[in-house]
This record gives sequence, C-alpha cells and structure tokens, in this order.
Amino acid sequence: MTESLRDLAPIILVIAFFQIFVLQQPPDNVVGLLVGTLFVVIGLTFFVYGLEMGLFPIGESMANAFARKGSIFWLLTFAFALGFGTTVAEPALIAISEEASEVAAGAGLIKLSDDAMESYANGLRYTVALSVGVAIVIGVLRILMNWSIHYMIMTGYIIVVIVTAFAPEEIIGIAYDSGGVTTSTITVPLVTALGIGLASSISGRNPMVDGFGLIAFASLMPIIFVLIYGILI
Amino acid sequence: MGLISEFPGLFLETLLDVFPIAAIIFGFQFFVIRKPVPNLKRVLIGLFYVLIGITLFLLGLEQALFPLGRLMAAQLTDPAFIYGVQAVTGPLRWQDYIWVYLFAFSIGLSTTLAEPALIAVAIKANEVSAGAIGIMGLRIAVALGVAFGIALGSFRIVTGTPLHYYIIAGYVVVIIQTFFAPKIIVPLAYDSGGVTTSTVTVPLVAALGLGLAETVPGRSPLIDGFGLIAFASLFPMISVMAYAQLSEFWAEREKKKHHDD
Repeated sequence: MTESLRDLAPIILVIAFFQIFVLQQPPDNVVGLLVGTLFVVIGLTFFVYGLEMGLFPIGESMANAFARKGSIFWLLTFAFALGFGTTVAEPALIAISEEASEVAAGAGLIKLSDDAMESYANGLRYTVALSVGVAIVIGVLRILMNWSIHYMIMTGYIIVVIVTAFAPEEIIGIAYDSGGVTTSTITVPLVTALGIGLASSISGRNPMVDGFGLIAFASLMPIIFVLIYGILI
Repeated sequence: MGLISEFPGLFLETLLDVFPIAAIIFGFQFFVIRKPVPNLKRVLIGLFYVLIGITLFLLGLEQALFPLGRLMAAQLTDPAFIYGVQAVTGPLRWQDYIWVYLFAFSIGLSTTLAEPALIAVAIKANEVSAGAIGIMGLRIAVALGVAFGIALGSFRIVTGTPLHYYIIAGYVVVIIQTFFAPKIIVPLAYDSGGVTTSTVTVPLVAALGLGLAETVPGRSPLIDGFGLIAFASLFPMISVMAYAQLSEFWAEREKKKHHDD
C-alpha cells in the first residue's frame, strides 16, 4: 500500500504543479480526484499481489511443463496462440486501427465508405495480432536455439528502415506506434514469465540473458507487418 | 457514489478482455499439458486479485486522473495559453511551446513510474539477477527514457519534421550501445521499450499528441498525432543501456581507486 502510494505520488505532484503554477486554475472536483487516486492505489496493490501469486507462477509452470514434455510443436503453437490471442482483443489496438482507417480514407488510400474503412481496420488488427504471434514464436525459438538477440534485433531494424522507404507516408506513424500499444498489462508479465521459465528449465541458458527479449520481438514485428500492410493495400 | 456503481460494469469489461488469455492458458493446460496446475487454488486467487486490481486501477484513472490529464494537455497546447494574454503577431516558434515540453517530460516520467507492466518486469529482473538490478533503479531509468522520448516527440510535432528520421537515428544509437553495454542488460533493455507503454501512459500521451497536432498550425491530427508512442518505446532502450554502462563505469572506477590505495 505504501509502495503503491509512492508509485503514484509523482503523477499527483506533476498535475498539482502544472495546475497551481502554470495553468493557475484549481481543478473543480478535488474530492472526486482524491477518491479516484485512492482507487488507483488500491488497484495497484492488488495487482502486484496477484502478480506474484497467480500470473508469474502460471507462466513459469507452463514453461516448465512444455520444456519437460519436449514437444517443440506444442510449445510453438502455445507461443503463437498466446501472442495472437492476447493482442487481437486488445482495446488499445482496436482504437488505433479505427483511427488508422480514418487516416487511410482521408489520404485516399482506400475508399471513403464505412465498409472499406471497417475492412481496413479489421485487416490491420489481424495483421498486428498475427505479427505478435509470429514474434513470440521467433522469440521462443531464439531461447531454444540460443540465437543472439543482438543480430536479430538489428536485422529487424534494417528491415524496418528498408520497408519505411517504400511505405506510404500516412501509415508510418501508425506503424511505429503499433509496436508500443500491443503489449498490455496482463500480456507482459505472462510473456516475461514464459521466457524466464523456459530459459531456467533448459540447461546452459542464463535466465537473465536468454529469458528476456520476447517483448522486444513483440514490439518490433508489428512495425514491419503494418508497414508491409500499408504497402500492399 | 458514481465510482462504486461503475465497478461491476468495468469488472465485466476487464473479464471479457482477459477471457481469450484465460481460455488459451487453461485450454493448453488441460488438453496439451494434461497435468493439474500446481497450487491451482492459490493461482486462481492470484488471478482474481489481478483482475480486481486492474479494474480498480482503471476505474480510478478514468474517473479522476485521465480527464484532468486530457484537460491539461488541451489547455497547455491551446494557442491562447501559448500566446499569453496579449496577442502576439507572427507565427509561433518552437520555443513558445516550452511548457508543453516540460509537461510532456514530467507526465512521461510520472506515468511510467506507475505503469503496472513495468513494475512486473522490474520485479522479475530483480529476482532473476539476484538483486544486481534494482527494482527502483530500472524503473527510474526507463521512466527517464520515456520522459525524454515524449518531450522530443512533442518537439517533433511542433516542428513538423519527419518521424522516421528520429526513429532511424534512435535505432543507430541503440545498435552502437548494444556493442558496448554489458551483455547481461541487452535483452532486458530491448524489452523495456515495449513494456513502458500500456495502461497509464498511452491514453495520456495520445491526448497530448492529439492536442498538439490539433492546435499547432499546419499539423493534421490524423497524421501528426501518431508517433509519440514510438518515441516512448524507443528511448527507454537507450536509457536502460546507458544506466547499465554508467553503473559499470562507476564500479570500475571504484575498484581502481581501491586498487590504487
């Protein structure tokens, strides 16, 4: 509880400073603000507590079970399902795809009709979800095969730069942003636990060096996929 | 009380969001792994806490902090505020937006410190590195990266320079740092780019970007409003690697000093 309060204090300080000294307007609903802040503090406390009790253990126990089972096929299927399934329903992604379809229609890339815009938004959503699924699969393969993450991420960057040169200018901002919005509050702990669980159950892997990195692929791959989507459509 | 009556609806919404994830986990657990989950009861209670936590968290944010944050973003980017009381002639220069950059920096810093996904990764990194990576140290490094990224991203919207130049330059810095940073930090640094932008940061940052793109003359909200999140996911990689490089440098110097004595 005190920790959550400490986590939140900076936000309150920033808002108070700008309200009082820069904008010089007191916010009109101070009580509501305080109650809301209290909710955030309690919520954060519950989240961290549940994280250690539920989310981390289940991610790691599944990684262990897959490693012991020794079936790469099922492990990769699980990795893909986890990436695709957690992304396709992500509210932030749904919101950004709808905005993107407006951009595309405004720029004349697609027809300015509800049908065309909806199919564009859905196409984008599935593209991003697919890319996250593929990203987790590649990340898990990296842990299994002991590939170097440096060169993989660099290759990814080079592909982004090349594809950017050919993509329509309107899609670039959306594509770069889509890398950041895909990883939600529940996906991140789960995927992190999966990576670390895998790296700890395979001998010769260091959880620190090999366990992290899954999120990195999940933030890079959507950029490439969305840029390509922009070129193709 | 409005907050209490909204709780059930929002809880249901969170439950729906989480449903596909739960279906995948338990589907694979029962049909592929075919072994009972260890400590099933404890895990379920833990998941329930996570759900309650996220619901309360979102409820508080949406009722209290987000409206105020959005309002402030709109007020700070309002030409009337930037011009001051007397009308100034001539076009606005990028320097006129100094409060916007400061706000962008401080809101990036403070929201990242409260980001639940980052707390999760920091706890894990601390555990796995046996304490070598401090929870607070990592979070502050990431938050500084996000803060700088969002401030620079606001500057980009104001000046209207192309997004991809900044991002590509950032990639070059990341690649160079990768070769010099301690090996152990690199994957974690790459990950910290993606974890920073979730529940708290994205809505506030998006509001700031949209506000700026709407009010700066010559910018289109649909095109220039995007891109801030890209900055917020790139710069933490740089700041986390820099943090590790600095720690290593200080440790070396300390060792040398002891050696000389």
